[in-house]
Amino acid sequence: MSTRDTELPAAPTKSFEWGPFLRTNGGLVALAVILIFNILVTPNFLQMQTLFVNISQVATIAIVAMGMTLVIATGGIDLSVGAIMALSGALAPLIFLSEFGQAYPALGITAAILVPLIAAMACGLFNGILVANLKVQPIIATLILFISGRGIAQVLTNGNLQTFSNPSFSYLGTGKVLGLPFQGWLALGIACVLFLVMTRTTFGRYVLAIGGNERAAELSGGPVKRVKIGVYMICGVLSGLAGLIVVAINSASDAARNGNLMELDAIAAAVVGGALLQGGRAPIFGAIIGAVIIQLVKYTLLANGVEDEVALIAKAIIILAAVYVQQARKE
Amino acid sequence: MLDTDAFDLRKYLSRNPQSVAVWVALAALILFGLLRYDNFGGAYNITSFLNYNSMFIVISVGMCFVIMTGGIDLSVGSVAAFTSVIAAYLSPYGIQIALPGAVLAGIGFGAINAFSIIAMRIPPFIATLATMLGAKGGALVISDAQTISVDWGSNFTKMGMEKALNILPWSIVVVAVVVVALWFVLEKTTLGRTVLAIGGGADASVLMGLKVNRATAFVYLLSGGCAGLAGVILASGFGAGQPLEGIGWELSAIASVVVGGTLLTGGLGSVTATVAGALLLGLVFNILNFENGRGTISFSAYWQMVIRGGFLFAVILFQARVMSGRTDRKVQT
Repeated sequence: MSTRDTELPAAPTKSFEWGPFLRTNGGLVALAVILIFNILVTPNFLQMQTLFVNISQVATIAIVAMGMTLVIATGGIDLSVGAIMALSGALAPLIFLSEFGQAYPALGITAAILVPLIAAMACGLFNGILVANLKVQPIIATLILFISGRGIAQVLTNGNLQTFSNPSFSYLGTGKVLGLPFQGWLALGIACVLFLVMTRTTFGRYVLAIGGNERAAELSGGPVKRVKIGVYMICGVLSGLAGLIVVAINSASDAARNGNLMELDAIAAAVVGGALLQGGRAPIFGAIIGAVIIQLVKYTLLANGVEDEVALIAKAIIILAAVYVQQARKE
Repeated sequence: MLDTDAFDLRKYLSRNPQSVAVWVALAALILFGLLRYDNFGGAYNITSFLNYNSMFIVISVGMCFVIMTGGIDLSVGSVAAFTSVIAAYLSPYGIQIALPGAVLAGIGFGAINAFSIIAMRIPPFIATLATMLGAKGGALVISDAQTISVDWGSNFTKMGMEKALNILPWSIVVVAVVVVALWFVLEKTTLGRTVLAIGGGADASVLMGLKVNRATAFVYLLSGGCAGLAGVILASGFGAGQPLEGIGWELSAIASVVVGGTLLTGGLGSVTATVAGALLLGLVFNILNFENGRGTISFSAYWQMVIRGGFLFAVILFQARVMSGRTDRKVQT
């Protein structure tokens, strides 16, 4: 802290200071580097097809990462996002493939979207109550659903792959608006809404206040518990939505694989996007940039014939680097 | 808290109310099993149960040390998968080479964790998450994503498949020795006291002149080494190095530690209660299997995860209540 204070007056010198610039805009710089690398190296990178594929895949990461960003902003973490995806993804086909869903297709689709989202929100409520009311650490509280959520999804489907052909439901994952994937627009819309919520509402203020200093937020009479439960519910419902999109993309629901390791992608995207693990910052659009970076790294490695396993190691290094830069920023 | 008196049962009970709960639950479950199933107390069930759970016991005990410092190690499952592959590759040279080699590999991952956490000041949760990904990727790379068969000609498979003095499998004997050694370290050495002190308050421990960095490094190296040992048992017991194993092991280990009454905030913990916690979690599934066998219920394997989560939920509820009782008392005095 004290070193930072003494450094500050020296900032506006003639030469450009790379250190601080990289720390505040690290995400964008990384994104630019990856893009330039791809344009130079990856064959057929500058094509509509590439854009389309990447947007349709990044949307789910971005949607979950935004929810994760809110949770992290309160100083929490949500490990259950992948399991919630599996749960909501398992519920949807169960509903629209049921007798009721077949008899009333319109009602069936509506229910197949609403019920899983409500279930996902209930999972968030469960996490939130554990964290806010019972004061269980977020890692542990969300570990419960992380373990059992996917189990519940597999019990519901008996572990079977549910395949279906339902164009109206699949629109969630395969629809196009202005030539680009529907879910990309959806993610962008959610980002705008969340951005307004975070900047214009008292709820948003309190999310940041809790992350900054929970005790102070509580003493100032803030609805700390309600806000905390709220962020876990938002994270839950966004994860549920992402689960539906994945199922819609594949026209199949596999409870064992839907959302597997998503918690890592989402945390990585949020952190790369500039969220502080200690809380107090909620860069919503940063989360999208983070998600794009994670997706592009995956794509770059895949397109250049690097194996999936090595991609895991690359992801590990990205996470470490992002957090390390963050720590340096803080000190 | 830091007294070095000889073991005093009453003091132990009053200090660790949750540890008592785990022992009572364990005893109740064993009694239930003995009364209900004919073969529950049979030698076959006991040995196979202990053999399978020895991996989880050793990982849980390592995790217990990490959690006592207020940290967490999410990498243990992938590290065990990685070291099982290493052990399989080293198996032609015999257990005397494969065991230390694999444990060293595990300690290597622990060293990466320790470096990230102490030198780079990355939160344990993130640092070990990265190692988890790295070890998983590494295991798949070195094994080409295939299970690696061990050398059946060498003495390597003795560890997981043969019995010492015809009584207990070697894996259990080795794990028991490790557990006793670690119990001694925690209860009787300065290092153990420092580990607990860090969990109670890292800053205060530094001010007290305790060697905080050394103790922190120790717990992550230990956890890595324990995961390495679990990898050896895995490869030896199943006859193959398994790069895809270990998924969710960190959660089982954390659950065992929590069930054993170790506070997740650090500063309080017990090696013996952690072992009891691991046994308790394993026993739940053992009994479910028996119940399935009797045909009274038919739980699919998928129920295991649900039940495991429910179990963790129950323990956390219990711990939350005990904790709130404790803080209330602190506020009053």
